[in-house]
Amino acid sequence: MAEERKHTTLSGYELKNVYTAEDLNGEHMKDKLGEPGHYPFTRGIRENMYRDSLWTMGLYSGFASAEEANERFRYLIEQGQTGFSVALDLPTQMGYDSDDAMSDGEVGKVGVAIDSLADVEALFKGIPFEKVRQIRTTANANSIIMLAFYVAFAKKNKIDPNTIGFFLQNDILKEYMCRGAYIFPPAAGVKLSVDVLEYCGKHLPKWTPIAVSGYHIREAGATAAQEIAFTVADMTAYFDAAVARGVDIVSATSNSYFFLGAQMDFLEEVAKFRAARRVFAKIMKERYGVTDEEPQRLKIFAYTNGSAMTAEQPMNNIIRVTIETMAAIAGGIQTLATSSYDEALSLPTQEAVTISLRTQQIVGYESGITETVDPLGGSYAIEALTNRIEKDIWSLLAEIEAKGGAVKCIEEGFQQKLLAANAYKYQKSVDDGARTVVGVNRFKDEQPIECAAFSVSEEVAVKQKAKLAKLKKKRDNDRVQRALNAIKTAAEKNENLGEYMIEAAEAYATLGEICGVLKSVYGKYSPMKIY
Amino acid sequence: MVKVLISKPGLDGHDRGAKVVARAFEEAGAEVVYTGLQATPEEIAETAVREKVDVVGVSLLSGAHNTLMPRVIDCVKEKEGMQDTVFILGGIIPQQDIPALLEKGVHGVFGPGTPLDAVTDFAFEQVALVKAEQLAEAALADMTNKSSNI
Repeated sequence: MAEERKHTTLSGYELKNVYTAEDLNGEHMKDKLGEPGHYPFTRGIRENMYRDSLWTMGLYSGFASAEEANERFRYLIEQGQTGFSVALDLPTQMGYDSDDAMSDGEVGKVGVAIDSLADVEALFKGIPFEKVRQIRTTANANSIIMLAFYVAFAKKNKIDPNTIGFFLQNDILKEYMCRGAYIFPPAAGVKLSVDVLEYCGKHLPKWTPIAVSGYHIREAGATAAQEIAFTVADMTAYFDAAVARGVDIVSATSNSYFFLGAQMDFLEEVAKFRAARRVFAKIMKERYGVTDEEPQRLKIFAYTNGSAMTAEQPMNNIIRVTIETMAAIAGGIQTLATSSYDEALSLPTQEAVTISLRTQQIVGYESGITETVDPLGGSYAIEALTNRIEKDIWSLLAEIEAKGGAVKCIEEGFQQKLLAANAYKYQKSVDDGARTVVGVNRFKDEQPIECAAFSVSEEVAVKQKAKLAKLKKKRDNDRVQRALNAIKTAAEKNENLGEYMIEAAEAYATLGEICGVLKSVYGKYSPMKIY
Repeated sequence: MVKVLISKPGLDGHDRGAKVVARAFEEAGAEVVYTGLQATPEEIAETAVREKVDVVGVSLLSGAHNTLMPRVIDCVKEKEGMQDTVFILGGIIPQQDIPALLEKGVHGVFGPGTPLDAVTDFAFEQVALVKAEQLAEAALADMTNKSSNI
């Protein structure tokens, strides 16, 4: 049996029993590694890394109404969380108000419902912004509207928006590829994302205008190299479009992030983060001619992969999250969100989300892993894997480029087909026992799964609809109409929509109203049926 | 040949599971139609009729199953000739919601960690049962007709 077992990484790389200097092509290693904080940033983007400060700890949270999400945020900040993610419910992500028929059954379920500035006001009420390093959001198709809601909130409360670390996902391409929360067709989607890049570059330099996301690509079935290659390809689609528009690439993107997964294969994941930094730095330098080091530094937000969580024996997920957290930290990331042990069953309970935060704190303050920069650097196995993943990233990038770039490839389903095939292969390997998943295909319990699942009451939708009706009566509806008309005209003229969106937000126009206007100009995207 | 419709109603975009199950059915010898994302219950029913499917598979991870699944069942069953359709549901479905869903007409609910064979075998068995019942009913009807002719 032992002889037959295949020794491969999660991505399918065959592993040697032992690695030696010969696996590294010795003489080039110095250039490939560089020094911590310097090109090509293999060893991390800062000289002292976590000795200077630990990563930003923030969990995916947000559910139900703005008022309820606000309570959870305040609780987590008291527990030492230094950032948070405003998880949006699906109607909000896809441009429907809570009273739209398409929102039935979905309001407040996988995130918080945000219909207008009024909800943002309730969401941020009493939040001690000085204690928060980063406020992330899952806005992609509607990121420019969320930007407007946040700016309008800051203006109304006389806060300089640049003093709050807002972090927009703003990556629409991965939505067409694998996550599905799109609204408009790809060309319009990219246009709106680039509007955000341009607007932030000019007015909101402290914000993160884009977090190009490999996480969802990985969750859909990507290998480590595909995760990075598809992310980089998407990034160049945005950056190329920005450059073509005359946007200053350094000001528009120097605070941008990659949002990546942290999977279970410890060594492979450490290598992946290191390879990603090397590829990014080279692209910034050679493709975009960026000579300063700061914009060559790839900042990474990692999130432990939810797909590694099992519904069976859910407490085991605490250990899985610990391993993934260690991989992310040894890989040198800047922000980390950790999954909760009950994630395969529902949104997290408060107990589960607290343990998830404690996991980061224990790794950060007790494990000692943070005391040395790039602690695994120089390990033959890690360096060999880093080189291997990097090589595969470049070859995939060349393939995408030859096929006409990320957008064209997505439109033709190139990436989607690869991801679906991998996902199927993985499931088969679990089903036939070639890959062990504890509690699922080995060391199983016979009793049924019992876990205190969290659920969101249907009342949230009722309340949210009532709030919306009241708002529409109370606000200056003429002002709303003028603002919506202005958005329409500007969209037709292909102008940057930032200022118009902020005016509409301040007038308390709703997300659904704004998206309705944009749909009338751009149309709506219909899904692909590839499997 | 068994014909299966795999669908994603609602707004949830996480379709890895739906796609894997679609492929598993194909590999197991079924003919598969996939709706893509954001299919409304009405659209699912229309596709089910047009394609004359035996099984409607629904994948839901967004927590909207209690609202959407009964709607899909009602819409499909309203269509002529679709009263015997087999419904299977996959995704993140809390234990406490399952009895009510079965009551409403779902034949089987499959959570994370289910081997693919378990899903395809179950669906094929249910289709075989439905077909056996239909044959028995037809035979009975036939006999009744004959006896009334005597």
